[in-house]
Amino acid sequence: MAQAAEARKRGKARTGLSEEDLLRAYHDMLLIRRFEEKAGQLYGMGLIGGFCHLYIGQEAVVVGLQMALKPGDQVITSYRDHGHMLATGMEARGVMAELTGRAGGYSRGKGGSMHMFSKEKNFFGGHGIVGAQVSLGTGLAFSNFYRGNDHVCLTYFGEGASNQGQVYESFNLAALMKLPVVYVIENNRYGMGTSVERASASHELWKNGAPWGIPGAQVDGMDVEAVHQAGVAAVAHCRAGSGPFLLEMQTYRYRGHSMSDPAKYRTREEVEKMRSERDCIEHARARLAELGADEAAIKRIDDEVKRVVQDAADFAQSSPEPDPAELWTDVLVEG
Amino acid sequence: MSTHILMPALSPTMTEGKLARWLKKVGDEVHAGDVIAEIETDKATMEVEAVDEGRLAQILVPEGAEGVAVNTPIAVLGADGEGVSSAPVQPAAPKTAAPFEAAKPVAAAVAAVETDWGATKSITVREALRDAMAAELRADDRVFLLGEEVAQYQGAYKISQGLLDEFGPRRIIDTPITEHGFAGLAVGAAMNGLKPIVEFMTFNFAMQAIDQIINSAAKTLYMSGGQMGCPIVFRGPNGAASRVAAQHSQCYASWYAHCPGLKVVAPWSAADAKGLLRAAIRDPNPVIFLENEILYGQHFECPVDEQFVLPIGRARIERVGTDVTLVAFSIMVGVALKAADALAEQGISAEVINLRSLRPLDIDTVVASVRKTTRIVTVEEGWPFAGIGAEINMQVIEQCFDWLDAPPARVHGLDVPLPYAANLEKLALPQPDWVVNAVKKLI
Repeated sequence: MAQAAEARKRGKARTGLSEEDLLRAYHDMLLIRRFEEKAGQLYGMGLIGGFCHLYIGQEAVVVGLQMALKPGDQVITSYRDHGHMLATGMEARGVMAELTGRAGGYSRGKGGSMHMFSKEKNFFGGHGIVGAQVSLGTGLAFSNFYRGNDHVCLTYFGEGASNQGQVYESFNLAALMKLPVVYVIENNRYGMGTSVERASASHELWKNGAPWGIPGAQVDGMDVEAVHQAGVAAVAHCRAGSGPFLLEMQTYRYRGHSMSDPAKYRTREEVEKMRSERDCIEHARARLAELGADEAAIKRIDDEVKRVVQDAADFAQSSPEPDPAELWTDVLVEG
Repeated sequence: MSTHILMPALSPTMTEGKLARWLKKVGDEVHAGDVIAEIETDKATMEVEAVDEGRLAQILVPEGAEGVAVNTPIAVLGADGEGVSSAPVQPAAPKTAAPFEAAKPVAAAVAAVETDWGATKSITVREALRDAMAAELRADDRVFLLGEEVAQYQGAYKISQGLLDEFGPRRIIDTPITEHGFAGLAVGAAMNGLKPIVEFMTFNFAMQAIDQIINSAAKTLYMSGGQMGCPIVFRGPNGAASRVAAQHSQCYASWYAHCPGLKVVAPWSAADAKGLLRAAIRDPNPVIFLENEILYGQHFECPVDEQFVLPIGRARIERVGTDVTLVAFSIMVGVALKAADALAEQGISAEVINLRSLRPLDIDTVVASVRKTTRIVTVEEGWPFAGIGAEINMQVIEQCFDWLDAPPARVHGLDVPLPYAANLEKLALPQPDWVVNAVKKLI
């Protein structure tokens, strides 16, 4: 519990990343931002179909937390997942080509925006049923516990999912077995069109694990350094065998819930205010300036990201559609 | 005109096999139905029967050849007078099925020869299930059992008796009453390479977890383009027990059998239970294993061989007959056999097929039987609407229409929630005389 208290404190304090780490965080956040903007563009051109949930605004959460992990730790999330995939190091090309439903996509075109996985990067999806990934992430943590290693599973879900029953079944199981799972509530304030105030009688989501003795912390999710520090403490708690930890990331999505959301449930002013005053990328830029980072280095990152995203978009349009024979593969493991 | 004899698929999952023995030689006369070769799959040795007639003109794949792909030409059958040759040629590349064709070619008239496992002894289904889990737990550290009351209580129905003592609390795990949560936990563990056995105290309670079973376990392999599978067994008693009323007495066979990405198994005897549960635990896919509480205490002969295992996807002909085919699974196999006894007294010879697996369904065995008997009655405990009997009979219509001498018929539980009162419960569940009456309407 001492660690929990420390994590809470550190979640609010600001001791900062090194210039090198902050540049890396800036790169990763910008990559997600530009990638998602491009995805929105391709969606508009009819190249991406179905559901497409953009992560724009929330980039600091996955980038800061990913920097707290070590290779072999697992990540699992819901359907707003493009940012998580890029943060774990999955290729922009493969993600974008999955969005366009092409053979070059991570699931060879069979999963789409909501369903991508990478064994290599320990990214376990990509799940479309709200809250289901919370039990699954608890199971990934169980596999670490069962094998006796010190790996940790980051299990992301929204504040909307935090009202699902299986979240609390999972909290109970994880606390009983002391499983190494960091539950991350990405509180972007709206579950589709319903504000958190209208959906949750609990107003301090970071305390939602308290009945099971799960320590928690509320974190400024628009500040990548604060996120990172809270993540380091939470992950250390799990790695030490002290059981689960709950982080509430206060964040915001600039775009609608999905591409078809007119977002009438909030004012334009509210969105503008967040963008202009709280943006995680602008914030990181300002911090880099404070640290005296080289403008040329930042410019190089901007150019590099632009090139990678354009390359991903080109690949996603030139990669062929999956072969019709793919229809029948991967239903069962044969043999 | 010569025709190619192709390597047949002898099970729904077979992709290749070993050509163990030729029973005909070049120049021999072959008639349709003649056994021409023996083929070993990873599961069993099977006989291949000729579909056409003629003279064996050429053998393309020699005896002993391994890894022969399904649909590879293995021999040439020539009309009389055509030249013969025994020069083996390179097997042709396997033909890939066009994606929109019906999934699997029907291997007509392939007799399922079951491996002879030797000596047997009489054990209960309960012991068979426990022994199967114990054997696989010993063999593979990735295997563990979790569920309500499986460890300290020794199992609500004593299926896991003794397992905690042998394997300890790391591998035999009591859970709180939280099906949705622990099923999801197990699926997550399986996605990361462990091999959980999830015991549901009954399948009625799996309704709480069905989202994780279908949406997570069954679909992840497909959605991930084959990257991430889910090797897991969900097992427990299914269907009616005795006087436990509607919420504890439902057959979920057709619910799960409906879903691609799952395998669904429903054993009847102790040998079924042991052999199929071992196969289910070893299977790299999610397997729904539907047991039956009333069968738990029943004794059956079961092979004692420590390697004993049965292939998923093969039915078993429990009784050979000529006038009608009775198709059943789980506890209804016993009902069908009783009906067959009663029919025999009336001079009607019934063939009884124990399906063992519902997905994949061994329709080939059913089809071969119906083409012989020309009549079919399916027997299931579940409700009729979109049930297993409906599916089997539709497939029989598709494949045996010209052979049928009577409309396909089904016996099933009545289309009501199961009542508690003893007399009403009995009236709602299939009895042997229901089957007898259904058969007599056809003959």
